[in-house]
Amino acid sequence: MDYNWDWGVFLRSTGIGDEIYLDWFVAGLGWTVAVALAGWIFALLLGSLLGVLRTLPNRWLSGLATAYVELFRNVPLLVQLFIWYFLVPDLLPEPLELWFKQDLSPATSAYLSVVVCLGLFTAARVCEQVRTGIQALPRGQTAAALALGLRTGQIYRQVLLPQAFRIIIPPLTSEFLNIFKNSSVASLIGLMELLAQTKQTAEFSAHLFEAFTLATLIYFTLNMSLMLVMRRIEKKVAVPGLIAGGK
Amino acid sequence: MISIRNVSKWYGDFQVLSDCTTEVRKGEVVVVCGPSGSGKSTLIKCVNALEPFQQGDIVVDGTSLAAPKTDLPKLRARVGMVFQHFELFPHLTVTENLTLAQIKVLGRDKAEATEKGLALLDRVGLKAHAHKHPGQLSGGQQQRVAIARALAMDPVVMLFDEPTSALDPEMVNEVLDVMVQLAQEGMTMMCVTHEMGFARKVANRVIFMDSGSIVEDCATEAFFGDISARSERARQFLAKILPH
Repeated sequence: MDYNWDWGVFLRSTGIGDEIYLDWFVAGLGWTVAVALAGWIFALLLGSLLGVLRTLPNRWLSGLATAYVELFRNVPLLVQLFIWYFLVPDLLPEPLELWFKQDLSPATSAYLSVVVCLGLFTAARVCEQVRTGIQALPRGQTAAALALGLRTGQIYRQVLLPQAFRIIIPPLTSEFLNIFKNSSVASLIGLMELLAQTKQTAEFSAHLFEAFTLATLIYFTLNMSLMLVMRRIEKKVAVPGLIAGGK
Repeated sequence: MISIRNVSKWYGDFQVLSDCTTEVRKGEVVVVCGPSGSGKSTLIKCVNALEPFQQGDIVVDGTSLAAPKTDLPKLRARVGMVFQHFELFPHLTVTENLTLAQIKVLGRDKAEATEKGLALLDRVGLKAHAHKHPGQLSGGQQQRVAIARALAMDPVVMLFDEPTSALDPEMVNEVLDVMVQLAQEGMTMMCVTHEMGFARKVANRVIFMDSGSIVEDCATEAFFGDISARSERARQFLAKILPH
């Protein structure tokens, strides 16, 4: 292959203002992190609630959570994103629709759509982790908590969830990393996150290989660091006297 | 204190309890024994409504479990229960295990709950382990903490569901000692156990169950005394467990 490698390209001017290509990557990383973190907080809260609902004896509530999971995990992420971005705004009441389409900047409306989309999609997956975490606990734990007079909410908060979350830190970490990787779908609705900036750099500078190598490195480093942070958290919250999985 | 009246329970078509009726009076120690699958654990779990039953009623300290308006958590807070597998909360320290329900259910403040918890821990001989997690204790120690945890709620009655069955033989006595002491102090107790030595020593009455029915319900002396007066099933059971 005949290719003229030039790693200095990132420090060169983009020709727009006094920006250099590296600035685009920094801005892109900023959006990627903003999308992933907001989506994750949303997914963690909603997913935990749904996971709890799935373990309740009430058939309606657990059925509702089950239906949610099946709906959101059986439709491709990209289809969901297009629905949230292109279709849902048209279904909103008129003032909201106008606000979304006219008052918000294109970046903000794309950002909102992708956060909602990733949050709801990932919540279905978090729900399943939380449910399995709770169901992995001995039934006697609930019995003992009941026998002490604790009520359902207290049993989940004080007894079941603190144990379940400890168990599911490893799979939850994968979901956390997934949301960073999945955030790249935002590039398809025009949000200038990391992938979009990479493509733009490749097109403007004609240095495709350098651009995608840098993007790969950034995604990789970001996710590796997150994984190491999650491992630290896992060790920190490990219960003395209990055998923790995987060192 | 506990009045079990014509209680029947089914799992689907299978009847696990049939028409059980008995009484545990205040200050009485009643041992429930019988072969496995005879329904004794199910019966004791019905007493604090951990297991629902379809017929009959159980009245605990004046509160009917079958009455639809009964606040079950409130009732359970007054009934101490000790489980076969201890069921301490592994993510909490021993002290936190002892204070959690005192604070969350009884509304005691943390200092008061801790003081009460530590006093009980001292009583079961484990004061030095207050800061540990359950996973760092032996089975016998965990079960003594579990007894202290139940006592911290100032229960009107204590239920024991095979409290020594999951223990190594050498740890059985440390748990039984605590239970004997409790019985001698006048605690009302209903114990599902195979520890016939314990039954002889402190029980006022022995209930023998088989196939979901109460077959024998008599004073301890009578139960272990003239064996010819016992039912055929109880005689077989006693013949198998007593010689050892």
